[in-house]
Amino acid sequence: MPVLQRRLMQPLFSLGRYALLLTKGFVWLGQFSAYRKDLVAQCVRIGIESIPIVALAAAFSGAVTTVQTAYQLVSPFIPSAVIGAVVVQSLILELGAVVTGFILAGRVGARIAAELGTMRVTDQIDALEAMGLNSVGYLIVPRILAGVIMFPVLYVSAVSVGVAGGLLAAAATDVVTMAEFVQGARESYLLFGPTFGLIKSVVFGFVITSISCYMGYFTEGGAEGVGRSTTQAAVISCVFILISDFMLAVLLL
Amino acid sequence: MIRMENICKSFGGRVVLDDVSLDMPEGETLAIIGRSGSGKSVLMKHVIGLLRPNSGRVLVDDTDIGQVSYKTLRGIRRQFGVLFQGGALFDSMNAFDNVAFPLRTFRSDPEHKVRARVLQCLDLVNLSGVETEKPSELSGGMAKRVALARAIALEPRYILYDEPTSGLDPHTSTRINKLINGLAEKLAVTSIVVTHDMRSVLSVADRVAFLHKTRMHWVGTIGALHRSTNKILRDFVKANEYSIGVDVRVSSETVRP
Repeated sequence: MPVLQRRLMQPLFSLGRYALLLTKGFVWLGQFSAYRKDLVAQCVRIGIESIPIVALAAAFSGAVTTVQTAYQLVSPFIPSAVIGAVVVQSLILELGAVVTGFILAGRVGARIAAELGTMRVTDQIDALEAMGLNSVGYLIVPRILAGVIMFPVLYVSAVSVGVAGGLLAAAATDVVTMAEFVQGARESYLLFGPTFGLIKSVVFGFVITSISCYMGYFTEGGAEGVGRSTTQAAVISCVFILISDFMLAVLLL
Repeated sequence: MIRMENICKSFGGRVVLDDVSLDMPEGETLAIIGRSGSGKSVLMKHVIGLLRPNSGRVLVDDTDIGQVSYKTLRGIRRQFGVLFQGGALFDSMNAFDNVAFPLRTFRSDPEHKVRARVLQCLDLVNLSGVETEKPSELSGGMAKRVALARAIALEPRYILYDEPTSGLDPHTSTRINKLINGLAEKLAVTSIVVTHDMRSVLSVADRVAFLHKTRMHWVGTIGALHRSTNKILRDFVKANEYSIGVDVRVSSETVRP
């Protein structure tokens, strides 16, 4: 019975510990000068260094969506411009943020969890605390802030490259002319679309970095524990991306 | 002065420390000894509040560190320098930056002063020419000495050593022991050494605390250790090859069965 009880209580315990971790970090927000340098470094690592892989994934997402939309929708009764509308709206509302989110969950989430997990099992986090430093503020605040700042940048890059990928695919496969593609995109353009995408990207940035920091910070059990934290950080981040994606759609659309 | 009163600590139902009390007077070097897994490192982590006891309290200069705010606790921790078992050097920084880290974080000294202090600390631990080396490029003994230089950078009142000689060859162990003695004399600090290496204990300690089966079993001076008739303590000491020559007779000692 205690085992079952412990299993049932585990999510609540984790949630409480996650909230306490964020609170401890939040207190440190005002100490900007203490983490300014690290924030810049994290922005480069989390944001700038992720641009190539995000751009690659976005380009192919745009291209594949174009080809598949053409395959499914185009008939003598539906104008070809619909392809442009579907592709661009899909990228702005869903694909841009979610594809970027999944890639960052793997690339950035796993990296953060491995980095902090290794610091935990080699006593480096205890060393920071023993010096009298707020280790949560020092390690976690710059990573979460960098995620929240850089994710929208990556989202905009993903959408731009995705649309370009769609256009190129349209031109290469002749399913729709570039002019029709652009016309469809313009006619279906919703002003709230990019705002919704940007809100999503900020939320995803927070979800990925905070979950990964949590998993890494509380790593237990040596090298095996670091491996476990790293995997869990990527998997749990992906799950919460999907959950928050659904919740934002229900709340904001 | 550090005082630990009736500390009890368990992890997931497994008792690690049971009603442990210990005084650590100023200026002394206290060695906490015991078998592997006897709770020595856990006890050390309680001293700076890295672990909280299930019951009991830790007093640093009469302040109960379990009752103060996190901010105050961080202030108290700055009086301590800690040498962790594996060194706990920051992987992302070279040796110089590791030692400079507490100086840059807690003092607003100009860089030339930081540099001078770092070199002075490295000199105190007999190291030079390793400033640009990353922790992964240092030998075990060198990494521990860099970590020790980092621990003393802010001129702490207390230095905690967690297994300072474990994993080192006898020659390097001797150097580390000499360093502990040298720092205790030069910096007039209170040192707490957690170890199971009796040679280290005999070289550095003024007083010894023996943890056995979760309890503080024996506390006494080095002289008392030499004369102790306590069987469990004697067995522990005799099991260590370096204890040859320890004379076990009568003593002024505190024994808790």
